[in-house]
Amino acid sequence: MSNEATSGAASAAGVTGNAGTRFALAASRGAVNFTLGLVVLAILWSIGGSMIAANPKTANFAGFGLMPTLQAFPELWNLGKLQAAAYASGYRLGSGLIIAVLIGVPVGIIMGRVEWFRKLTHSPFQLLRMISPLSWMPIAVFVFKAWDDSIVFLIAFASVWPVIYQTAAGLSKVDPAWFKVARNLGATPLQMLTQIILPAISFDIVTGIRLALGVAWVVLVPAELLGVTSGLGYAIKDARETLSYDHLTAMVLTIGIIGYALDTVCAQLIKKFSWHRGDA
Amino acid sequence: MSIRGVEINIQGLGYRYSSRGNPTFSNLKLQARRGEALAIIGRSGCGKSTLLHIVAGLNRPTEGTIEFDGKKVDGPSSRWVMMFQAPHLYPWMKVSQNVGVGLKFAGWPEKEKSERVDEALRLVELQDYADVSVQDLSGGQQQRVALARSLVMEPELLLLDEPFSALDAFTRASLQRDVRSIAKKLGFNLIIVTHDIDEAVLMADRAVIMAGAPGKIMDEIEVGLPDPRQRQDPAVQAMRSRLMEAFHTAAQVAGGAKGGTEAEVDTETESVTQHA
Repeated sequence: MSNEATSGAASAAGVTGNAGTRFALAASRGAVNFTLGLVVLAILWSIGGSMIAANPKTANFAGFGLMPTLQAFPELWNLGKLQAAAYASGYRLGSGLIIAVLIGVPVGIIMGRVEWFRKLTHSPFQLLRMISPLSWMPIAVFVFKAWDDSIVFLIAFASVWPVIYQTAAGLSKVDPAWFKVARNLGATPLQMLTQIILPAISFDIVTGIRLALGVAWVVLVPAELLGVTSGLGYAIKDARETLSYDHLTAMVLTIGIIGYALDTVCAQLIKKFSWHRGDA
Repeated sequence: MSIRGVEINIQGLGYRYSSRGNPTFSNLKLQARRGEALAIIGRSGCGKSTLLHIVAGLNRPTEGTIEFDGKKVDGPSSRWVMMFQAPHLYPWMKVSQNVGVGLKFAGWPEKEKSERVDEALRLVELQDYADVSVQDLSGGQQQRVALARSLVMEPELLLLDEPFSALDAFTRASLQRDVRSIAKKLGFNLIIVTHDIDEAVLMADRAVIMAGAPGKIMDEIEVGLPDPRQRQDPAVQAMRSRLMEAFHTAAQVAGGAKGGTEAEVDTETESVTQHA
């Protein structure tokens, strides 16, 4: 038998060693960039805050500065406001996203596999997708008894589209021969779904969830400015009305931190699920 | 691993891609003995790949029947497995997972599955690559994984649709030799669809020549050469010339019927191409 069957094993260890060194270098560069970027932002914020505090006309708004904001965190934490607001928003965001994924993934798979369904749904989906999610608020409030449910509906409605279209796009890129091979090897329709389709498009599904998360997070805060008495959006409104500007910016910063953390988790999941070379 | 081949009986087989279109072929008759290696050669468009897909149960014939050991074939089965022109491996799986995917579909216990996969990998000499990503393999190694993925099912019939045409000459030659020797060692049938006359001579017990549109079986030639077969062997060269001549005759007869279509042989690639 030929030598080509045994030609690559020896080089595998060397490649792994080099890859390890490259990974360590990339990780340390990433940590430096991460820290440096935040330091630059903090300096700019500090300068802006100092200028606001130094000017008698704007001195009342000194709470927007970096240091008052950072000092507000322990206070908000001890009062339990931060945790309560984050929990309420997290519950709404999570519920909306789960609904979006439960609807979006199957619909996206059908769109990717069934041509007539894709053609039939094109115009209504595009029409609905282009409507600003917040414009559904009056109808949602009318339909759902609780404000919470209305917000969950808005988040689900806003975030279902990236999941649907990313899933469908992922499926359209799948090599049709994979299905033929699986059928040839005796795969049932369920096995085709769980062992071929879902692993093949898991990267695209998680990418869709990441995009959906961004949309959901953007919709969540303005939705919470209306009606509800909990959540990060409400906490911002409440802080503004009580003129607690340090609390207001602390809540805004919290939104950024949580959003960033969730996006990072999604990015890590994308790396984990990606089998495409060069994505990691 | 020991496999029993099948007796194949194809009667009155016909296929149309659409109800109003011309038939790809019609009233096709073909038999194969248990454990026989059959090569189907012919120019593009004569329906040989379609015939292979129908035999594999991936397409349904519009007329006629296919029987393996007297039982009608009416769909895909792990007893008759197809290898395609490209390996079409699942890139998110390791080599061993790709090889064992058919057994996983069949619900085999992990231990037995692992033993069978190891055995198949030994047969194709990739036993050291079980935990490697298939994306790290060469084209030839990937096609060996696809072969192991087929062999692990212990098929009675292995169908090959120009499986080595995308490979370099050296890899192709080694795989042609290995597939035939494994098939003969284990006892399963082979049906190989190919443009390559040399491939038919090196791998088959019998060559079937298809030509025309709709496709017809124009000739059948017993190759009957001893193993191992070497390309430069005078007997192999003589059989190659005989097949080439039969191919020309078939193409001329079919071409005459269709108004001047002529087949020519590309002497560099030693494959048959068609010029209208």
